[in-house]
Amino acid sequence: MSVLVYAESWNGRFRKSTFEAVSYANKTSEILGTDVIAVSLEEVLEEELNKLSAYGASNIISVPNVNKGDNQAASKVIAELSDSANVLVFSNTLTSKMIAPRLSIKLNAACITNVISITESDSICVSRKSFSSKAIEVTESNTEKTIICIAPNSFGVIEHAVDCNIEISNFSEKGSLSFNGQETASGKISISEAEIVVSAGRGLKGPENWGMIEELADLLGAATACSKPVSDIGWRPHSEHVGQTGKAVAADLYIAIGISGAIQHLAGVNSSKVMVAINTDPEAPFFKAADYGIVGDAFEVIPKLIEEIKKIKN
Amino acid sequence: MNILVCISSVPDTTSKINFTDNNTKFDSNGIQFVINPYDEFGLTKAMMIKESTGGKVTIITVGNDTVEPVMRKTLAIGADDAVRVNMSAIDSFSTATEIANYIQENNFDLIIAGRESSDYNGGVVPGMIAEILGLPFVNACIDMEIDGDDVKLIREIDGGKEMISVNLPIIIGSQKGLVEESELRIPNMRGIMQSRSKPLTVIEPSSTVFHTNTISFDKPEEKGSCKLVDADNVSQLVNLLQNEAKVI
Repeated sequence: MSVLVYAESWNGRFRKSTFEAVSYANKTSEILGTDVIAVSLEEVLEEELNKLSAYGASNIISVPNVNKGDNQAASKVIAELSDSANVLVFSNTLTSKMIAPRLSIKLNAACITNVISITESDSICVSRKSFSSKAIEVTESNTEKTIICIAPNSFGVIEHAVDCNIEISNFSEKGSLSFNGQETASGKISISEAEIVVSAGRGLKGPENWGMIEELADLLGAATACSKPVSDIGWRPHSEHVGQTGKAVAADLYIAIGISGAIQHLAGVNSSKVMVAINTDPEAPFFKAADYGIVGDAFEVIPKLIEEIKKIKN
Repeated sequence: MNILVCISSVPDTTSKINFTDNNTKFDSNGIQFVINPYDEFGLTKAMMIKESTGGKVTIITVGNDTVEPVMRKTLAIGADDAVRVNMSAIDSFSTATEIANYIQENNFDLIIAGRESSDYNGGVVPGMIAEILGLPFVNACIDMEIDGDDVKLIREIDGGKEMISVNLPIIIGSQKGLVEESELRIPNMRGIMQSRSKPLTVIEPSSTVFHTNTISFDKPEEKGSCKLVDADNVSQLVNLLQNEAKVI
């Protein structure tokens, strides 16, 4: 018996969400009384692989020749390594969601996504977010093996250092997709990974006014996001749209500026721990969901907020 | 080009969500059902491909007869055929199994499914169908160009995008970007009239193996009341965030 965790890397580096998945796997392994095997795809140096042992991974298998987007090859190699695994843990990333469902069919294992709790026994039963975070569903697995994809920032990172053994796999099969390069916005923090998200809506009046939003985000080390109407009219890229049909946010702090707080928007962001609303309209629905609020004009409040944050950062 | 679009019938995005039967079932009382927003992008893309290369667009959905208004809507938008598997789409595995069976019996060059449904948010049905049928799969597609059998795709990745090429047949997960919001098709009067004479095909499920059971539903805890800070006293907000909430 074991718990297998897919340790996703980006350009050879793990992220907080990876360590969160390993922490989750470790807690699950304590309940099942077993060990954690971590599988890493793509080239990752030994020094980086070693970091997984700080969160409880005692066996680490690196598969450097498999591109993680190649979901046919990735699911095949993970299936080959999961003979002893009862529970397989993934983070809910876009890439994991290509690998996990394939693996589910190969292993005849239930695949439960958006998971926010840990099973209490070896008959796997967990809570998951559903109805775009408007509900929590308690789901049990009917299968011998279960794949669990955890919602980012719902569980946290828990250090648990163990001795580890690193093994390098020479698996090098390829699936039918050809990869022709990536474009990533360098230096930008991704919304799903960010601890703080600064988000703005139509109240900003035009794309030329986003300078102060970016300045505030830079000061806080935050990602920038926007409401659906703003991305629909092209003021900001689709990749920044958060809400029910955009990206889900589960940040420690979500600051909504000039966003009224439609039910669809709130559904996508209300997993955030602390929410701040800044809006001219005291009746804006966001004030009912927020922890803190300022009724006021963003064009006056945000420059002041930037100055105040500069004071505490210096 | 023979295209299949997988459609979920979901509560309108403005719906308040409630449960019934001791919190074990979604309460559909008074709920307006719509085409899953992620599927709408896929359906519009399928219509665009059909218009440029010729072919046929079929939609498939899994559900009881309450999903028929949504099926009619897809026909009014321009789908040629609509198929319903007569079972409740609660479990991803059984849903994927039924759709994969239909695909196996009917040849499709391209299968499009929304990245996830906005109700149960599983997001695994398209990947499961791909594996059952041994097809290549690309999720979260934000661009697709087809030239003969060659397909060039762009998928969203965390913090950017990735360019991929592959040959048909394939299955893709659709989302905003595959077509623009402004390009989304809505039914016109002619389409609505035509849809009335198009048949709705109903097929019975072939298997009843479920991978998961729902035990219960619950609603997230309500937030406490909002602490309002005066607009002239922004430093107080910073103080609260730093010392009370401890998030900055």
